[in-house]
Amino acid sequence: MENSAKNKELYQDMVKKASPDSHIFKDCVKAFIVGGIICCVGQFITNYLKELGLTQNDTGIYTSSVLIFISSLMTGLGLYGKLGKFAGAGSIVPITGFSNSVTSPAIEFKKEGFVTGLGAKIFIVAGPVILYGVLTSVIVGIIYYFIK
Amino acid sequence: MAKHIGQQSIKFEKKISIAATASTVGTKEGEGPLGKYFDVILKDAVDGEASWEKAESKIVKDTLTLAVKKAGLTMDDIDYIFSGDLLNQGTGSAYGIRDLNRPFFGLYGACSTFGESISLGSVTIESGGASKVLVGASSHFCAAEKQFRFPLGLGTQRPLTSTWTVTGDGAAVLSKNGAPPYITGITTGKIVDFGITDANNMGAAMATAAADIILTNLKDFNITPEYYDLIITGDLGYVGKELTIELLKKEGIDISNNYTDCGIEIYDRENQDTHSGGSGCACSAVTFSAYFYNKMKKNELDRILFVPTGALMSSTSVQQGESIPGIAHAVIIENHPKGEL
Repeated sequence: MENSAKNKELYQDMVKKASPDSHIFKDCVKAFIVGGIICCVGQFITNYLKELGLTQNDTGIYTSSVLIFISSLMTGLGLYGKLGKFAGAGSIVPITGFSNSVTSPAIEFKKEGFVTGLGAKIFIVAGPVILYGVLTSVIVGIIYYFIK
Repeated sequence: MAKHIGQQSIKFEKKISIAATASTVGTKEGEGPLGKYFDVILKDAVDGEASWEKAESKIVKDTLTLAVKKAGLTMDDIDYIFSGDLLNQGTGSAYGIRDLNRPFFGLYGACSTFGESISLGSVTIESGGASKVLVGASSHFCAAEKQFRFPLGLGTQRPLTSTWTVTGDGAAVLSKNGAPPYITGITTGKIVDFGITDANNMGAAMATAAADIILTNLKDFNITPEYYDLIITGDLGYVGKELTIELLKKEGIDISNNYTDCGIEIYDRENQDTHSGGSGCACSAVTFSAYFYNKMKKNELDRILFVPTGALMSSTSVQQGESIPGIAHAVIIENHPKGEL
């Protein structure tokens, strides 16, 4: 059992064979359905708010806020984690997934204090998304400025 | 006195008795196939404490105390405690034993810790340095997830190769004099790293270490796998077990007929959604303390090779792209030690 480069390579092949793959097709179908339902809920809220006479801009903001609130509440009740286990990317990609990724560390690290725990760790999952999202938008903005 | 044998083994001359064991587990483990064997099953993850970490320390304290009680002793009879866990700086054990007022060796061998505790405890007794020692290891699913992976409430899917950290503590009282089963030898693992970097496939990272230590044990003691009624690894799960069998087959050794893994025994794969099986320090510790010790006491098993397995990475080393070093410690436990061993 010498861990030579050749044996390591052979072992990687053995591991690949022994490790079961995720059920890609089944997972895609579930993600499609749940992600679609979340979007439908969003559309439903949007239409309702428009009926109430809100502007297009305000409707978008209110709809996002409602979805974020629902997801955050569901995270607190321990339901969003279960949904995520079932739906995978279907519940991670929409804005509700982002909300879940902020709320879940906030709950988990509360015990280490509101500053050193909750405050420091709240963006542990969402932080990279925020950082690189802002960075990308700046780069795209500069490019747009020059080619406009 | 103990005799160093072969490359990595020690054969004990004293009959080091496992005088008593105790086990505490979480709700999920209690609902699993071994549920009836555990001494204490918790009602929830915090067990009346303010945090998961505090709950783990409480479990450590209660289980160690229970083991001593079951051995018909008091804490003052214990010369040393050897215990470890998965939490940073070993706080699970340190806080757990702080009120027990006994000399303490805090250990870290990741999920192989119980093997390490038994090995060092036995060596201490064999050397004449102690007559009774308390050994144990603990882990807590929620506390381990928090430290090593994602927040519990995060809606992600776990890969099928991943394992489920066992909540609980397993402990044993080792004694210079006493009834069987006896610890008759150990083979101490070296670090084996075959370049696995996927922290969600720990079975694969540890299987090479398990196969290596089983092979070394057989060579050092000049025996065949049939010498043992059962070879029991710690927490390789389904993926790791398959790989271990295959790796040893390549070395010309077939253990497929008398080999199991605690990570497979402790959960019902179909109904408990644990994917590749159980893991964590407590996986081998509670499964041995409750189930296999019981089987040995009833003479349903006479001779076993107990091999807790560990993956010695940290979340930092994984993030820095380091591969995962595996380790395994083998302990020979027998009711009727054979002269030739």
